[in-house]
Amino acid sequence: MKVPYSWLKEYVDIDITAEELQEKLFSCGFEVEELIDLGAEISKVVVAEVKSCEKVEGTHLQICRVNCGEYGEDIQIVTGAPNVYVGMHTPAALDGATLPGGVKIAAKPLKGIPSNGMMCSGEELGLNEDLYPGAEVYGLLDLPKDTVPGTDIREITGLNDYIFDISVTANRPDCQSVLGIAREVAAVLGKELKMPATDYKTTDTTVPGLEIRVDAPDLCPRYLGHAVRNITVGESPRWMRRNLALCGLRSISNVVDITNYVLLEIGQPMHAFDMEQLQEMKIIVRRAHEGEKIQTLDEKEFTLTTENLVICDGNRPVALAGIMGGLNSEITEKTTQLLFEAAKFARDNVRRTSRALGQSSDSSARFEKGISEYITELGMARALHLIEELHCGEITASAFDCSAGAPREGKHFTASLKRINGILGIEVPAEEVLKILKRLNFDVKQDGDTLEVTAPRYREDIEVGEPDLAEEVIREYGYDHVIPTFLQRATVTSGGKTPAQQRKDRAIQVMCAQGYNEIYTLSFYAESDLDTLKIPADAPERNLLRIQNPISEKLSVMRPLLAPSLLNIVVENLKKGNNEGRLFEISNVYAPAGPGERPSEIPHLGFAAFGDAEDFFTVKGSVEALGEAFRLKFEVERAEDVSYLHPGIAAYILCEGERIGVFGKLANEVTGELKLHKDSKANHKIFLAEIDYDRMMSHAAAGIRYKPVSVFPAVVRDLALTVSEETECGSLMKEIIRACPHVTDVELFDIYRGEQIGEGKKSMAFKITFSPEDKAFTPEDVDRFIKKILGNLKFKLGAEIR
Amino acid sequence: MEEKIRALRERMEERIGQISSKENLAAFWQDFLGKKGSIAELMKGLGAVSKEDRPAMGKVINDFKVQVEAQYKALSEKMEQMELAARNRQEAVDITLPAKKRELGSMHPLTLVKNEIINVFAGMGFAVFEGPEIEDDAHNFTRLNVPKDHPSRDMQDTFYLDSEYLLRTQTSGGQIRVMDSQKPPIKVLVPGRVFRSDSDATHSPMFHQMEGLVVDKGITLCDLQGMLDKFVQQLFDASVRTRLRPSYFPFTEPSVEVDVSCFECAGKGCSLCKHTGWIEVLGGGVVHPKVLENCGIDSREYSGIAFGIGIERITMLKYGINNIGLLFENDLRFLKQF
Repeated sequence: MKVPYSWLKEYVDIDITAEELQEKLFSCGFEVEELIDLGAEISKVVVAEVKSCEKVEGTHLQICRVNCGEYGEDIQIVTGAPNVYVGMHTPAALDGATLPGGVKIAAKPLKGIPSNGMMCSGEELGLNEDLYPGAEVYGLLDLPKDTVPGTDIREITGLNDYIFDISVTANRPDCQSVLGIAREVAAVLGKELKMPATDYKTTDTTVPGLEIRVDAPDLCPRYLGHAVRNITVGESPRWMRRNLALCGLRSISNVVDITNYVLLEIGQPMHAFDMEQLQEMKIIVRRAHEGEKIQTLDEKEFTLTTENLVICDGNRPVALAGIMGGLNSEITEKTTQLLFEAAKFARDNVRRTSRALGQSSDSSARFEKGISEYITELGMARALHLIEELHCGEITASAFDCSAGAPREGKHFTASLKRINGILGIEVPAEEVLKILKRLNFDVKQDGDTLEVTAPRYREDIEVGEPDLAEEVIREYGYDHVIPTFLQRATVTSGGKTPAQQRKDRAIQVMCAQGYNEIYTLSFYAESDLDTLKIPADAPERNLLRIQNPISEKLSVMRPLLAPSLLNIVVENLKKGNNEGRLFEISNVYAPAGPGERPSEIPHLGFAAFGDAEDFFTVKGSVEALGEAFRLKFEVERAEDVSYLHPGIAAYILCEGERIGVFGKLANEVTGELKLHKDSKANHKIFLAEIDYDRMMSHAAAGIRYKPVSVFPAVVRDLALTVSEETECGSLMKEIIRACPHVTDVELFDIYRGEQIGEGKKSMAFKITFSPEDKAFTPEDVDRFIKKILGNLKFKLGAEIR
Repeated sequence: MEEKIRALRERMEERIGQISSKENLAAFWQDFLGKKGSIAELMKGLGAVSKEDRPAMGKVINDFKVQVEAQYKALSEKMEQMELAARNRQEAVDITLPAKKRELGSMHPLTLVKNEIINVFAGMGFAVFEGPEIEDDAHNFTRLNVPKDHPSRDMQDTFYLDSEYLLRTQTSGGQIRVMDSQKPPIKVLVPGRVFRSDSDATHSPMFHQMEGLVVDKGITLCDLQGMLDKFVQQLFDASVRTRLRPSYFPFTEPSVEVDVSCFECAGKGCSLCKHTGWIEVLGGGVVHPKVLENCGIDSREYSGIAFGIGIERITMLKYGINNIGLLFENDLRFLKQF
C-alpha cells in the first residue's frame, strides 16, 4: 500500500519527520516496508537563471552563463539542449551533483569548452508530465520565472517528498487507502482528521428509463449507481495528476482519473460506464450464465461460469464485478453520459473469480480484502463531489441504492474496563482508554466499569467484546507499557515428552550412532518417482493420496513410501561427489481412505547406505542394532518380490513373526536407469531400508526388568559342520538353538569351500556358547549337548561334523 | 691366591665390557658365578690356604663374589630395560594415522532446534502434543476463528486433498485437539510439519512450526512476553529481550509480532537485523475467546496465550544459514556439520 507523505498531509497536520512518522506507524501496527525518499538520489541540483547564450559554431552546443544564486551568479555551463533561451529558469546540476540512476556530474570541458555542470531535463530528474508540467518536453525543464536562482530543485518540483510503502494486515481493509492511513495517523498523533469534501448538488434531471437491479444480493450486498450527464472529457488538474503519479498511476482523463483517485484516496473501487453503450438502459447484477463471455478493458476475453458475478446491461455483461470493466461500455473521449458504480462485492467470490480467471486489478485486490458499506457510500459521494469540483459533468437526480439490508450503524456493545485490563495484564487508566477509543472514532460512554461502545462504521473487523478493544487500546497506549511477567498466576504443570516421543528420540540417536545422517524430505513427490522404483501398477502403493491443487506435477502425490525420497537424496549426493554416506528419516507416508474418511498417516523409518564400504551385511548390522536398542529380536526372510530391491540381496524384517519392513540392495534395473556415471563403483552400491515404525515399536517392551546373572562360567565350544551349498546359515543356527536349551549364543566364524569338502558342499564353523543356570557344566555335560545338536542337525539338515 | 683374584677381577672387567646380549650375559654368569665358575673354583682353592689366613681370604673371595653379583644384576637390569625399549620402539605407531571408528551420524539441524525449543518449554511445564498432518477444515480453520471468506483459506495457500481434508497450513489446529481432550490448566507445545503452496527462494511448500498454548485462570499478555523473554534468553543469549508490536492472527486478540533484540550486535545494528537492532522471530497473542468457546472452555473463567514459532526461521538464525533450500537439499557436506 503506497501512501505519499504530501497526500497524507492534506488530511492531518503532521509536524514530525517522515522517519518519525514511520516509527509511529510501526508502533500502532502498520509496518512501513519501505520509506521511499523521492529526491534521495538528487543533490546539488539548483534553479539556474540563464543570463546569456552563445552558439558554438559548427556544433549544436551553446555556451550559457547562468545565475545560481548562492552557488555563483555567473557560472558557465555548456548545453546541447535546443530549447535554452536567455531568461529561462531551469535546473542545473553543478559540479559534484548527483542525479537519479547514480549519475554523477563534474565540471569538465565539452568539446574543449569549460562547463561547470549540466542543465537538466525533467526526465533526468526522474519526473514525468504528471508529477511536474513540462517534464516530458524534449530539452531543458522550463521552470516558472518566479523561482529563485540557487533554490534546491527538489523543493521546486515536489521531489522533497516521501512514499510510505505500508503493509496492512488482513483485519484492516479500511486502511487500504490514503484516508484510511490518515485516520490512523491522526489517532496516533492525537490530531484532528480533515475529511475530504463529499458534498455535491444534483440537478432535477433524471435519466428516463434507467434501471438498476441486483439479482444476486449474496454476492453483492450493496450497489450504488449515479448518473452523470453532459460530460466534458478532458485533462485532470495538476494536484490530482500529481497524487495519482506518486502512487504509480498515469493520468488518463478527468473522468477516469476520478475513479482511480477515489480508489486510492477513499479505498472504494469505482467504475464508470458509458451510459450510451448500455443496452435497454439497464444494469443487472447477476451470476454469469454458464459459458457466457466478456471482454475486459485490457481486451482479454473470458468464458464465465455461474460462480462468476457480472454486471450486465439489458442483454450482455458489461463488467466483471469487482475485477474489471467490459470493453463494450468503456469511457472514451466521446462519452457524454456516464453511470458511476460504487459497490460492495463478497470478498471470497471476487477472490475466487480473480484466481479462476487469472485476472486481477487494484479493484479486485481491495474487494478481496473487504470493503465496508460506509466506504462505498463515501466513495460515491467523493466521486460526485470531484465531478462538481472539476466542472466536468452534470450530476443528475438518477441515483440508485440497492441494499441487501445490512445495518447502517457501527457495531454497538458494552464492555468492561476491568476485562480489557485483565486481557492486557496491566492497568490502563480509564481516562486513557476513553481517550484512545475516541481518537479512533469509537463512540464511548462510561458508566463505572461499563463502557457503552459504538465502533466506527468502517471498522467491520471489530467484534463484540473486550479483546478487540484491548488491542486498540494497547497499540495506541504502547506495547512498551506491557510488563513481562513469567506466568505469574499459572498453575504448575508437569511437562516434557511422552514415552513414545522419547522412544522416537532414541531411535534417532541409535541411527546417528550407526553413522546415519538425518534428512528431511518433502512429504510429496511425483507419481513418476514410483515408476523409477518400478512399483507395479497394481501395487497397493499405487493407491495414491493426491493433492488437488499441487504446485506442480513433481509435488503432486502424498508419498506412499520413503524409498523414492531417500533414493533421490542418495542420487543428489552422488552427483555432488559425496561418494559414500548413510542417511535416514523418520517421517509419515500416506494412504487414502474411503470417501469422507480421514486418510492415513503412517510413520516410517527409512534409511539408505551407499558407497564402497557398504554391503548387504553392513546394512543388516544397522537393522539389527536398531532392534537391539529396543530389545527386539529381528529375523530375516528372503524378499524376492520388492520391485526396487535386488531379488537375491533383499530381506523382509520379521519381528515376532510379523513383517515390519524390508531392506536390501537397489535392484540392478533401477540402478541402471539412474542418471549417474555408470563406471563409478559407488553408484552401484546403494542399499535401502524401510520400516513401519509404529509396527516395529508395537513389539518393544515397555520397560526393563533385571534378570539375575549366573555365577557359573559359560562354556564355549567350536563346531565345524559340512553341509550342502543350499543350506542357509540361519537354519543351522536356529536348529542349534532349538536342540539345546542351554545355548545362549551361536556365532558363525568361518565358511570354507574346497576340495577336501567336496563339490556342492561348504563347511561352516560356529562358536557356540552354553550358559549354566544353577550348577556348572562338566565337560561330559557339554559333550552330551554337542551330541544332541549334531544328531538333530544331521537328521534335519544333513549336516556332518567336519 | 690374591694374585689369582686380581687376575680374575681383570678378566671379569674385560668380559663385562664385552657383554652385548642376553647370551653373553648368561655365559658370564656361568663362567664366574656358576657352580663350576671361577668363583666356585676359588672357594674350592680355599682349602689350601692356611687356617689362620682362611677367614680373611674367605672374606676377600666373598666380597669379590658380591661385587660380581652386583655387576651382573646391574647389567641384567640394564639389558632388560634396553630390550623393553627396543620392543617398545618396534611396536610404536604413528599416532596421527586415521582412527578406526564407526563415523557418527548427525541429527538434522531442524531436529536439534526443535528439541532445544522443547527442552526450554518442557522446563516451564509444557507437554508435547503431535497432531495429524492431514486436517479437516474445522480444525485447521473454522474452529480457529478463521472465517469462511478469509484470505488464508485461499486455494493459493492451502493444499487440498478432497472436499473435506487438507494438509494443515499451521500447527494451530493442535490447540483445538488439545483443548477438546483436556481441561485447563493447559500448557502444551505442538511441533510439526505444515504445508503451504508457496515455493520460492524464501519459502518451502513444507516447513515446520511449533505452536505453544497456555490456558489457565488469569493469563495475560504480560505473561506472554515474560514467558517469551525467558525462551529467547535460553535459546539465543541471556542478554536478549523481546519487543511486542501489533499484528493480526484470527485466533488471537490482541495479536502480536514478537521481535528479539539482535544477539549478533546487541541491538547496535548489523546485517543480521538489517540495522534495526531487532529480529522478527515469532507471532502470538491472547487466545481469542471464540477459540476457547469453540472447545467448550468458558472464556469468562479462563484465558489463554498462544504463540507460533517457525522452526526453519530459528534454525537459520541460530546457525547462520541464509538459504532455506539447504535444509531440504540434504547434502552430506551440510548435514555432517551438525
